[in-house]
Amino acid sequence: MAQLKTGARLRSAVCSTEVMVVVAPEGEVELTCGGAPMIDVATTPSEGVSISPDAAKGTALGKRYASQGGDLELLCIKPGEGSLGVGGAPLALKEAKPLPSSD
Amino acid sequence: MNLMMLLEMAASGFSDRVAVQNGKETLTYSELFGAAGAAAQEIVASGCEQMAVLDVNSLAVPVGLFASAWAGVPFVPLSYRLTGAELDALVARISPSYLVTEAKRVESLAHVPDTTVVTREAFLARAIAGKAGEASWSMDPEAIAILLFTSGTTGTPKAAVLRHKHLVSYILGSVEFGSAAEEDAALVSVPPYHIAGVATIASSVYAGRRIVQLPSFSAEAWLEAARSERVTNAFVVPTVLARVIDALEGAASAALPHLRALSYGGGKMPLPVIEKAMKLFPDCDFANAYGLTETSSTISVLSPEDHRRAAESEDPKLRRRLTSVGRPLPSLEVEIRDEDGKTLEAGEQGEIYVRGEQVSGEYLGRGTTVDRDGWFPTRDGGSMDSDGYLFIEGRVDDIIVRGGENMSPGEIEDVLLEHDAVVDAAVVGIPDEQWGESIAAAVVIRAGRSASEQELRVWVKDRLRSSRTPERIEFRNELPYNETGKLLRRKLRAELVGGES
Repeated sequence: MAQLKTGARLRSAVCSTEVMVVVAPEGEVELTCGGAPMIDVATTPSEGVSISPDAAKGTALGKRYASQGGDLELLCIKPGEGSLGVGGAPLALKEAKPLPSSD
Repeated sequence: MNLMMLLEMAASGFSDRVAVQNGKETLTYSELFGAAGAAAQEIVASGCEQMAVLDVNSLAVPVGLFASAWAGVPFVPLSYRLTGAELDALVARISPSYLVTEAKRVESLAHVPDTTVVTREAFLARAIAGKAGEASWSMDPEAIAILLFTSGTTGTPKAAVLRHKHLVSYILGSVEFGSAAEEDAALVSVPPYHIAGVATIASSVYAGRRIVQLPSFSAEAWLEAARSERVTNAFVVPTVLARVIDALEGAASAALPHLRALSYGGGKMPLPVIEKAMKLFPDCDFANAYGLTETSSTISVLSPEDHRRAAESEDPKLRRRLTSVGRPLPSLEVEIRDEDGKTLEAGEQGEIYVRGEQVSGEYLGRGTTVDRDGWFPTRDGGSMDSDGYLFIEGRVDDIIVRGGENMSPGEIEDVLLEHDAVVDAAVVGIPDEQWGESIAAAVVIRAGRSASEQELRVWVKDRLRSSRTPERIEFRNELPYNETGKLLRRKLRAELVGGES
């Protein structure tokens, strides 16, 4: 469990996924990728942990992933094979609303 | 959060696409990433606290922007329009700095203490030949990304502070990653020291859109680059669009088959210019973007669909939308408030306030003008209609108070511009013993046409009311603008006041 900070960069402990926190929920949450808790980007993952088959749908570069209530949102900055979850529930891909290019 | 993260994603998503092009010179996304990393090492080694670029649009601008983000020092684009003394003063304010500039300027800047002056060519050659090293930039969202000196027409320029969190939030809130098609290209004619010039680099990189730089603007060069480089998107300030249209005079269409999207902003767009542009570029999507330096660029957009509906409609309310700056971005809130800070209803005129992650409102050494609840007073006057469309009425400081009645110069200028013989018009308040302020106008008459002062006064009086009729109208060959199309109202006011006796 950890308190997330907007702008923080986290990595998966079991695949190449890296994310940036776009919206951080109040209070501590357990953020996972591939079924294992995500770690600070500067930390080396411990060996012997592998992707859980229940959380192996993968992440896609540049996509946003959000919790059901929208109080947590992540941006995928490096894709990987694990999928994202919070407190045991999977995060859903957030559909982009197209805006006209303005500059 | 760090601007470098946007380039890192682009370099991994579409590494071999051309990121930026200047004439024959190009950098792909992976080359831009590598150059930024190599230049960052040099910036760090110089011991500077600021990285400045004093240049026209060149490859040194995007390389410098991302290299400073990587190195963890603010990027400071300086205006090449400033005089030697003005530049000396600004360079002294940002020392110790690492300054990249054109070869011809190196000598004149060499005497400024604690400044490492490097030519653009040497900077780029070393950056491109160098190695990026480990991706090691800070993710501190509070770090300063950019210091932009405002174009203040009097006094000492203020430096607007944009932190990484503001710019990254702006990009994430307004651009979808990788949304550009492989062949998309954006023509950049805005100078690098304008917020739109910086924002367009970040937006294009995140979208994966090739940037085509125009080092110095002329209508012919703009049209030539748009044709030969198969430009699909362009952002223009109003004066640039007006000059492009003038250059197309007599043509039935612009003959730019690749241009799909034309966005404009940075100043008030005269209605006749946009109407003509829509006829000359019939297949183009037009977007009007309104924003400020202090808000990391765009805060509201009038969409292509809004443009088409307004142009086709007979309904005056819909037609009027062409003069609107559209609706706020979904990631922002906008309110109109009166002088006492009370929120106003739809249609009422007041000052525009904005709140959101991209809003800075901070000046170096002066703190922030954002209030405790996060609202930034833009000092722009305006109103919002019941459908959420925002209308700008000019700077709050330019409001004319004549005999206790508040009036915005924009309203009177619009009426003058509707007259066939008028190509340009500006209205200012000048001191008046009886009324406090009286209304003075400067008008440019179309070549080959004529209109008397009396005729124009009657024209305004018939359409507004006598209290809004300029007491004085002067005829000019041109009005004073800065190079990004901002009317220099204070200069004009001083001239009109000075010429009164």
